[in-house]
Amino acid sequence: MIYGIPLEWYLILAAVLFCIGIYGVLARRNAVVTLMCIELMLNAVNINLLAFWRYLEPGGALGQAFVVFVYVVTIAAAGVGLALIVALWRTHATVNLEDVNRLAG
Amino acid sequence: MVFNFNLLDLACFIPLFPLLAFVAVSLYAHRDRKLSHSLVIGGMLVALLLAQIVFWRAVTLPVGGGGRAYESVNVHWLVAGEERLTLGVYVDPAAAVMLFIVPLLCLTIFIYSVGYMPFDAPQVDPRYSRFFAYLSLFAAGMLGIVVFNNLLAFFISWEIMGTCAYLLLGSWREKACPGFDEITPREAGLKAFVVTKIGALFFMLGLALLYTEVGSLAYRDIFNPETLKRLASTPFLGTSTATVIALLLFGGAAAQSAQFPLHVWLPDTTEGPTPVLAMIHAATMASAGAFLVVRAYPLFQAAEVGVWAIGGVPFVAFVGAVTALGASLIAVVQHDVKGMFACSTISQLGYVIAALGIGAYTAGVFHLVMHAFCKTLLFLGAGSVIRGMERGRQQTHAYEFEEQEDAEGEREERSFDPRDMIDMGGLRWRMPRTFWAFLVGGAALSILPLITISFWSTSERVQGVGVASVNVLSRPDFWMLIVAAGLTAFYTARQLFMIFAGPPRTGAATHTRESAPSLTRPLVILAVFVVCLFWLGIPADFPLIGGLIPNWFHDFVGSAIGAGAQSTARLSGGGIAAHLQFPLMMGLAFALGGLLVGWLVYGLKPMRAGEMDRLEAGMRKLHLGWLHTGLRKRLYIDWVYRKTFVDGSIWLADALDRFDCGREEGARGVLDGLVNGVGSAGMVLSDAVAWFDTRVLDALVNRLAWVFGGLSNVAGWGDVHMMDASVNWMGVAARQVSTGLEFFDLRVIDGVVNGIGKTVRSLGGWIRPIQTGRVQRYLLIAVVTILALVLTFFMILQLNI
Repeated sequence: MIYGIPLEWYLILAAVLFCIGIYGVLARRNAVVTLMCIELMLNAVNINLLAFWRYLEPGGALGQAFVVFVYVVTIAAAGVGLALIVALWRTHATVNLEDVNRLAG
Repeated sequence: MVFNFNLLDLACFIPLFPLLAFVAVSLYAHRDRKLSHSLVIGGMLVALLLAQIVFWRAVTLPVGGGGRAYESVNVHWLVAGEERLTLGVYVDPAAAVMLFIVPLLCLTIFIYSVGYMPFDAPQVDPRYSRFFAYLSLFAAGMLGIVVFNNLLAFFISWEIMGTCAYLLLGSWREKACPGFDEITPREAGLKAFVVTKIGALFFMLGLALLYTEVGSLAYRDIFNPETLKRLASTPFLGTSTATVIALLLFGGAAAQSAQFPLHVWLPDTTEGPTPVLAMIHAATMASAGAFLVVRAYPLFQAAEVGVWAIGGVPFVAFVGAVTALGASLIAVVQHDVKGMFACSTISQLGYVIAALGIGAYTAGVFHLVMHAFCKTLLFLGAGSVIRGMERGRQQTHAYEFEEQEDAEGEREERSFDPRDMIDMGGLRWRMPRTFWAFLVGGAALSILPLITISFWSTSERVQGVGVASVNVLSRPDFWMLIVAAGLTAFYTARQLFMIFAGPPRTGAATHTRESAPSLTRPLVILAVFVVCLFWLGIPADFPLIGGLIPNWFHDFVGSAIGAGAQSTARLSGGGIAAHLQFPLMMGLAFALGGLLVGWLVYGLKPMRAGEMDRLEAGMRKLHLGWLHTGLRKRLYIDWVYRKTFVDGSIWLADALDRFDCGREEGARGVLDGLVNGVGSAGMVLSDAVAWFDTRVLDALVNRLAWVFGGLSNVAGWGDVHMMDASVNWMGVAARQVSTGLEFFDLRVIDGVVNGIGKTVRSLGGWIRPIQTGRVQRYLLIAVVTILALVLTFFMILQLNI
């Protein structure tokens, strides 16, 4: 049943999700939304991993193992990211990325 | 494959509808409050109908081989390489009974919530829709626990509930002022989350071990006799695998159903909204912990947990009994309506666990179910009382504020809490419907331990192991439960009298009026159910009222473990040995004694305004004030945890912080010190090199210059006198050359060097605007660059091919 859906569809879905993620990271002002978009991009990668695993190498559980690993890293990244946002809020009283430009040279 | 449709297959759709309601509300309907709660209630209504169908079908299911359990066709759910996890429904009598009560209670609570959080009021909760969405998800989690046929789905649903409890407890997260227990709702939610996660860790370890040993998590595979026998005979960590797994699972159950020593989260949940409390304490979350023990009951039977005993009491039963006794002791001194119920919940679930621990399966399930009913009723009643008090308070403010400037008014002004039972009194005539509902719930609650105790005397394990029932008196868990039964009756009586009897003790209580029908109607419905259902579970050997109707509950639920036939046989055998009546009589005596003492202390002469709690006063008089304080502080267990675990981890974090960058101004931490050390070492090194350069090298060079100077003086003498002419000529030539070189140097080389500098500067000036400091711009540049590179790459590929 699952083979009724061609592999490309999954890849297209992943690409679309990735693009949405990139757009969000680049265009949205809210740091929380940006973080969510980063998660979205990682999940697009996960879809790719799973799709390739399922269609090309369905024997082992390598794709799933990879994805679980990505999850762990993602969660750690989200933890750090949220901590950063909290720190940002405490020091700058804003989560708007437009207002954070201390890196300006 | 012929698909035989069975009505029981509908069970898998039961959790689906609340889940759909959650999705619909949180994604689409959250702007419309009325639509939101209608969707949630509608989803639950459908679930209720399905659950009723499944329940009645399960009741009429013929007893097959392997007990009266039904399992549906499994679907492949998680496929990981060769491993396949399946998902299906599993309806055994215990699950059927849970299916009967859970949707009913949830629906009642949902309807009540609509009245409790008025959605058209001016200061409506901004998270109204979200609140209902979470409630719906919560219910979906509980229903998932009940119907699914494997422990992994159980665990997932369990975690959904834990998350929802956290989210719902934070509903009033703005409330910063410490409430009754000096903990903010946010902290209470966090505490509940963290403590139940400790349990979840145990649960997960148990699941991992189970999966390694059995290779499946489906009930059918785990709980069949061969597997259990194999697990029980496999040695592991000095005992059997079954024991270790059972203990790990019990760790999870203990955290979720708030058993000692992981009970600390439950009393603090009183900071949340009352309907949420009814969900957490009665209908879903805490009950789920006990339901895990019900589910894994065969495993617990196979394990040596029973043998691994404290004072002759099986471990699980011991924990339950200790919890029942300790929590009911704490409940006795509470002033907070909800806080008292919270402690009571812990205590009653202790009974459930104790009953399951000694093998009284039917008693455990019955207690679980009836407790859910009673406690939902009582919590909703408490919510009604609190709302009434709040309204009375507003009235007092509106009309009598000026008159209340005396000392009494001052006192009330400072410490008014609508949950404080000291401030109530006399609500009997002001809130009649709430009163009757409360009375029914309270009466049921105080009888409940009795029924469990009466099952105790006939429990399967006590008989099966061959322990004569007369030996009951020598068992500590029996005495703990009996005393707890007395305390239960006492605190129920205390509460009823404090809230409803006597004259009103504050202005707020005077102006209390009955709550709106939307609040009282669910109470009435629940009260009717409590009264009706109680008859089903009264054991046949209960004095006077026992045996009037057949004990249907025992037969049905007991059939899950093959005990029903035994009970029926006993019934038909007629009568029961007199010594088995003894524990029941003891329990009855204790419970009636508790009620009597409650009446004597609080009912005979109702408390007056400004009077100290009678119990507290009495204990003070007996020089037991320290005990009262200790109980009020929940035996300091929270305090100990705070001092050890919480402060310990804060200390650790501080220590790490200090290790990293140092706390005080000017002080350096080790890591920072290291980094700075490397820096300063570099500086020292470069200083040393500079010193070497200026002192040693320069001196050498100077000395050399001096030597050469001398030499050149000598040579100069010869030079001036002998070779001047030729040298002069050469000098003129050299000057010409050097002038040329200077020209070359100034114009060409300097020009190049300056040109590079100028180019870099202008490049910098050109790049400078890009350096906005906005990370997103940088990212944009990076993305564009990558895209350009990729494009180039492809173009090169194309060209090559």
